[in-house]
Amino acid sequence: MKGINITITVLIASAILSYLVAFIAGFGRLSNNIFIRKFTGFYVEVFRGTSLIVQLFWFYYALPGLFDIHLASDFWAAVIAIAMNYGAYMSEIVRGSILSVAKGQREAATALNMSRFQRMRLVILPQAVRMMLPEFGNYLIQMLKATSLVSLVGLTDILYHGDIFRSTHLSLAPTVYILILVFYFILALPLIWLTRWAEKQSSKGVASE
Amino acid sequence: MAKPIAVYNDVHKSFGDVEVLKGIDLEIAPAEKVALIGPSGSGKTTIIRMLMTLEQPTSGTIVVDGQYLWHMEKNGELVPANEKHLRQVRGDIGMVFQHFNLFPHMSILENCMVAPINVKGVPKKEARERSVEMLEKVGLGDKLDDYPSQLSGGQKQRVAMARALVMRPKIMLFDEVTSALDPELVGEVLEVIRDIAKEGEMAMVLVTHEMDFARDIADRVVFLDEGRIAEQGTPEQVLENSESERLNSFLSRFRS
Ligand SMILES: Nc1ncnc2c1ncn2[C@@H]1O[C@H](COP(=O)(O)OP(=O)(O)OP(=O)(O)O)[C@@H](O)[C@H]1O
Ligand SMILES: [Mg+2]
Repeated sequence: MKGINITITVLIASAILSYLVAFIAGFGRLSNNIFIRKFTGFYVEVFRGTSLIVQLFWFYYALPGLFDIHLASDFWAAVIAIAMNYGAYMSEIVRGSILSVAKGQREAATALNMSRFQRMRLVILPQAVRMMLPEFGNYLIQMLKATSLVSLVGLTDILYHGDIFRSTHLSLAPTVYILILVFYFILALPLIWLTRWAEKQSSKGVASE
Repeated sequence: MAKPIAVYNDVHKSFGDVEVLKGIDLEIAPAEKVALIGPSGSGKTTIIRMLMTLEQPTSGTIVVDGQYLWHMEKNGELVPANEKHLRQVRGDIGMVFQHFNLFPHMSILENCMVAPINVKGVPKKEARERSVEMLEKVGLGDKLDDYPSQLSGGQKQRVAMARALVMRPKIMLFDEVTSALDPELVGEVLEVIRDIAKEGEMAMVLVTHEMDFARDIADRVVFLDEGRIAEQGTPEQVLENSESERLNSFLSRFRS
């Protein structure tokens, strides 16, 4: 089946980028600087408040048309749309996890005279990340499913090839869609396992109130 | 008296509209062991949390080893301290908490090593040696690679003490360190504190409800009542021979 490599590369690129965005925006929302806080808050609301498909079309059609901004390629337009969208959702997880590390942990770190940065790096983040992992896994599975939207802007992923194949072999339509279903499920399986594993990890080594 | 290691000058603290400390004047001499007693809500925890820089005084000054803690001098005036100044002064102070607050993602040994290495720049090998030595002293030499979740409350609290001691503070603060423990585990923790106290050179401020223990190790007992120091003196003076009605009614709750 053609298109798998597109689906997988879009997924990997969006995943990496979205985690990056999530951390930047998550920290931004915890910043002492009110402008950074407001700005990232605005970004998160906008991207959570509109649908991925609209954002995808926006990056693909509106940005070049309105502002003459061309994202390097169709591929990157799709990846950036997915990453910005999921990054917005996951920034809430980053923020929430950091805030839910027990207050006593921060205080113990202060009592040991750690700097702000050391408190975050050595004490807060390692515990917060353990809490984030399972949620990150769940979003990864959702991202896999969201990659199918890129066929709408002409990227030749699994769904795109499936559609093409069906339009030339009409009688096979049900079989094609069953196959596509199976493919997505097979791709999702390792991610599901990964998430289970992450859940186990996160139940160890976290103090929260 | 030698130059005090910590001095509170007319320190007030309010949370919102409620003033919980109403002018604290207190001097702690080097190596002095001070027991802080008083009814619940009288402000004991708040007093030591301000010294640990976890709570900022609303007014007044605290001086640690000759340096202002919450203030710095700038052009002859006192201005609020910045983070850098706080870090410099608070290096002299260590604290053990009621609920241990061990780092759950680190082994016992790592809990002890993390601060000397990262905060003081002690070489890893030396930090390890110091930590092992300290953990052996608190009786946990065989648990180095365990994680906090594998330990009993009493063991956790002993790790917390080792972790603070490895930093070699000049003053150590203890906030009701046995009150979250099952009764049968209290003894082992008090035993360790007693050993530390005997060694001498470190000043200690202990918030405690263990009156016998206070009498045993304290040079001075301070009775706090409604945000003020109401009585202080030697354990005999305060715990046995006071005229104060409030103090005696407070103490009577601990006599069986
Ligand atoms: N962060 C806070 N915000 C608001 N009020 C606080 C805060 N911390 C303490 N208080 C209040 O300040 C008063 C003194 O509290 P503190 O914890 O110092 O008392 P304590 O003597 O240690 O009491 P206990 O024996 O119960 O531990 C209490 O009335 C408490 O409710
Ligand atoms: Mg208290």
